[in-house]
Amino acid sequence: MICRNIIRSKILARIQVRCYSDVGSSKKTPLYNLHEKYGGKLVDFAGFLLPVQYSDMTVSASHLFTRNSGSIFDVSHMLQTSVSGKDCIPWFESICPVDLQGMSDGSSSLTVFLNQKGGIIDDLIVTRVSEKQLYIVSNAGRLDVDKSHMIETSEMYRKKNKDISIDFFDVTQRGLIAVQGPKAVQNIQRLTDTPLENLYFMTSRLGSVAGVDCRITRCGYTGEDGVEISIPAEKTERVTEALLLSDDIKLAGLGARDSLRLEAGLCLYGNDIDEGVTPVEANLTWLIAKRRRGEANFPGAEIILRQIKEGVTKRRVGVRMETGAPARKGALLKSLNGEVIGNVTSGCPSPSLGGNVAMGYILEQFKKVSTEINVNIRNKDSPCKVAKMPFVPSKYYVKK
Amino acid sequence: MTLQRCLYQVSKQLISQRFILQSSVRQVLCKISYKYSSNTEKKFSDRHEWVLVDKENIGTVGISKYAQESLGDVVFAQLPDPGMQLNAGDECGALESVKAASEIYSPVSGTVTEKNKEVEKKPGLINSSYYDKGWLFKLKLSKPEQLNNLMNEKQYEEFLQTDVEKDHT
Repeated sequence: MICRNIIRSKILARIQVRCYSDVGSSKKTPLYNLHEKYGGKLVDFAGFLLPVQYSDMTVSASHLFTRNSGSIFDVSHMLQTSVSGKDCIPWFESICPVDLQGMSDGSSSLTVFLNQKGGIIDDLIVTRVSEKQLYIVSNAGRLDVDKSHMIETSEMYRKKNKDISIDFFDVTQRGLIAVQGPKAVQNIQRLTDTPLENLYFMTSRLGSVAGVDCRITRCGYTGEDGVEISIPAEKTERVTEALLLSDDIKLAGLGARDSLRLEAGLCLYGNDIDEGVTPVEANLTWLIAKRRRGEANFPGAEIILRQIKEGVTKRRVGVRMETGAPARKGALLKSLNGEVIGNVTSGCPSPSLGGNVAMGYILEQFKKVSTEINVNIRNKDSPCKVAKMPFVPSKYYVKK
Repeated sequence: MTLQRCLYQVSKQLISQRFILQSSVRQVLCKISYKYSSNTEKKFSDRHEWVLVDKENIGTVGISKYAQESLGDVVFAQLPDPGMQLNAGDECGALESVKAASEIYSPVSGTVTEKNKEVEKKPGLINSSYYDKGWLFKLKLSKPEQLNNLMNEKQYEEFLQTDVEKDHT
């Protein structure tokens, strides 16, 4: 019943483009006018007006266009934060299990804010700009939580006369676009003198794009090669329009972003990870850096290190259905004997593969790839299999 | 007394006759209206289903142009099986697109006589031929008068306008 209600609210919120949260109070990103111009179907997403799709393409077509050519996603809603001060690295390592000390300047990493129980407060990308400066991109849905978490924890550091200062960029100050797909980087290269052939996956640098000073980070949320470009708000539209002059690049919305990230096996905060799960349960154990395991001084270290050593009872896995109805959030996973062994946290039809893809949590003894299980959709059990993620091979530009 | 009773009897007869007459006239009018108006045009529900009823009282149900556009590419259709008895408003299946899931509600009461197996095989028909080959199921109407509660195409267009406006304010 809960599942049904979720599905229904999804329909209302997403299909009929109804926004029960007050659209009038939703914030506009620097690309709001551009979305209107290109026929974006705008909805409220985490308090921001963002396009689900654009009038020129269906979600599936836009998804496939991203995989075959290139798409621009407005991700200005995400929280961009700049941290400076000579103690910024020790402070940041006190709230995340990342090894910033061991990273070189200009490199980035996925990491998580952890609570004292090892639960995930948010996932984020941190860039070590220098020994004294960090650049962070975290989720819009966790904007307030992230802000107060960073303020409170840094406050404690400052009381010990440590040097840290935090600048949150408001959506009126900075825009952020993700340009993703096999033809994304070659099209950006035409607009910048910065050589992109040595900007590898998870590295970041400042550069001018279409005559505008930006930060370019080789990362994304689609599994494709691509970058995210942080741009002064008033010039975000100019850079985006310059990229759109190419036939290789089109705008894509939240719909395609969701199905692309699912095929890439990437988590959506609030669906696939939250404060109730640890990185070990979320199959993100690799986020606990080797050095940090030795030091055991990140929040929830005791629990997380014990889980790494002794194992957990449930684990995030991929679920693949060749045919049938897609499993959505909340659908129950069952063993062939009919017992409930887990639940789906997100799922959708897969435009690239056909059939459906999903991810969810399953009891440890069922986590092995190819294990045959059932998923219950509208009171019907349908066969599916535990699957390796990413479902679609990643095309990251990694140094060989 | 006798006269009184006689008058009473007569008046009772008259009244009941009038009722019979009225109801039969109503029935005939209803039938005529189905034959000559309702069954030649699609009727729409506020949940964006359409139904088209033929002379044998069999209704064909599908989803509107607006609904399929909002849903996007339909990739899976779960349709009600023949024999299933439905009340108007009952949930009887689901359509899935990349974007989301959407339940199918029967716009009228009746017994399912057929489902569109072509649509089960090729759900894309719902997008490419929403008023024709993309129909979902057929049912024998048990309460044809329910058609009067539905909108004709013009009313539905107006409903969409106000509904969409409502959503954006």
